[in-house]
Amino acid sequence: MTPVLELEQASKSYGEGHTLVHALSDVDLAVSAGELVAVMGPSGSGKSTLLTIAGTLEEPTSGRVLIGGADVSGLSSNDRARLRRRSIGYVFQSLNLLAGLTATENVSLPLELDGTRAGRARVLAREALDRLDLGDRAGHYPDELSGGEAQRVAIARAIVGNRRLVLADEPTGALDSINGESVMRLLRAACKTGVAGVVVTHDAQLASWADRVVFVRDGRVVDHTSRAAGVESLLAPSP
Amino acid sequence: MSVRHAVLALLSEGPKYGLQLKQEFEARTGEVWSLNVGQVYTTLQRLERDGLVESDDAGEDGPQRGYRVTTHGRQELADWLGPPPDSRIPPRDDLVIKVLIALSVPGVEVAGLIQAHRRWLLELMQYFTHLKEDARDDEVSLLVVADAEIFRLDAVIRWLDATEARLRQLPAAVLAGSVQTAPRPRRRAGALR
Repeated sequence: MTPVLELEQASKSYGEGHTLVHALSDVDLAVSAGELVAVMGPSGSGKSTLLTIAGTLEEPTSGRVLIGGADVSGLSSNDRARLRRRSIGYVFQSLNLLAGLTATENVSLPLELDGTRAGRARVLAREALDRLDLGDRAGHYPDELSGGEAQRVAIARAIVGNRRLVLADEPTGALDSINGESVMRLLRAACKTGVAGVVVTHDAQLASWADRVVFVRDGRVVDHTSRAAGVESLLAPSP
Repeated sequence: MSVRHAVLALLSEGPKYGLQLKQEFEARTGEVWSLNVGQVYTTLQRLERDGLVESDDAGEDGPQRGYRVTTHGRQELADWLGPPPDSRIPPRDDLVIKVLIALSVPGVEVAGLIQAHRRWLLELMQYFTHLKEDARDDEVSLLVVADAEIFRLDAVIRWLDATEARLRQLPAAVLAGSVQTAPRPRRRAGALR
C-alpha cells in the first residue's frame, strides 16, 4: 500500500555562504495509513523543520515530498493549499485556537474555508468534538476551556473531515502527564481509524505512544526503534 | 521489590496457599511482574522461621499447605509500609558505569553508545505504554505498575540526553582523549559508595 507520507532524501538549508545552515539533510521517511511515527530529538535537531516540510508548509531545498504517492512539488500553490486544508491536520504546541470563536466554530473553520457549507461543517465539527468527549464544551470560547480541553479542541480541528495525515509538534505542550497521556490516546485513536500520524517531540514518554520512533540529530535520521525487539521475552520471569 | 512484604500484604487479607499467592501477586501487579513459585515457597519458609506467618501444622510443603499472617507479621507490614524506602545511597547503576568507562576508553564512540542505550530503553518504554493503551480504566494495578516502569525509563533516557548534550558542548579536542575522569579526593558521591 502506498504510504500516506513519504520524504525522499529531503534536505532543507537556510541562508547562504558562511551563514548557510543545513537544518535537514537527506531524510527518508515513510508513514502509512494507521501508523503513528514519533520523531524525537533535542532542540535544534531539525525535527520541527521536518514537520513543516512534511506538512507542505515549506518546500525542501532538495529531495521530494509525496502525499498519497503524489509529488507535492508538482502542485501549484493553490493546489498545495487545498491539499493542506483537505488532507492534513496540524496540532501545534501553541494551539492557535481563535479566541473569538467557540470550540465548534474553531473546529468547523477549516472545513468552511474549504467550501463546506456552514451548517454541514458545524455538524461535522460537533461530531469530532463528541468523539473527543467535548460535546458539552461545544459552545465555549477558548478562554473558558481548561488546558486539556483546549488541546483536545485543537486535535478535533486537526482530525475533522477526512484528513489523511495529522502532524503534531509537541502536542501535549505544558499539560501534566495524565492530560498529556489523554492527548496521545486521542492521536492513537485517530490513527487507528486509518489516519497517518507524525508527532515530533523531545519527550520520550510522548514518543513511546508511537508505533515507531525515529531519532534525529543535526538534521539527520540517525536511528529508529523496532517493534521486533523481543522485549516481551526479556520481561518473562527467570526460571 | 520486597516479595516478603507483598506476601505478608496478601496474607493479611486471609489465609492462602502458595500457588494462590503467586497468582494473586501477579494479578495485583497487572501481570507485569512475575514470580516463580519457588520464590514464593522460599519466602514463606523464611517468614515462618521469623514468626511472621504460620502454616497448617499437618501436611507437607506443597500446594495444599495453607499460610496465615501472625500478629507479629501484621506489625512488620505496618512498620514497612509507612516510611519511605532508604534511598540515601544511590544504587550502583550499570549504565552509568558503562558511560563513564566509555568516556575514558580511547576509540569508543560515546554518542553511538548513548544512542544504542536510548533506543533500547525507548523500545522497553513503548512496550509498557502499549500495555497501558490496551488496559481498561479500572485496571488500576496494571496502569500504576506500567507508569512506574515508564517514569523510571524516562529518567534514564533524560539522563542520557543530558549526558549527550554535555558532551556536545565540549571542544572536540577534549572529547578525543582527555576527558577528566580521574578521581579527585574527597568527592562526596564516592564516599557514599
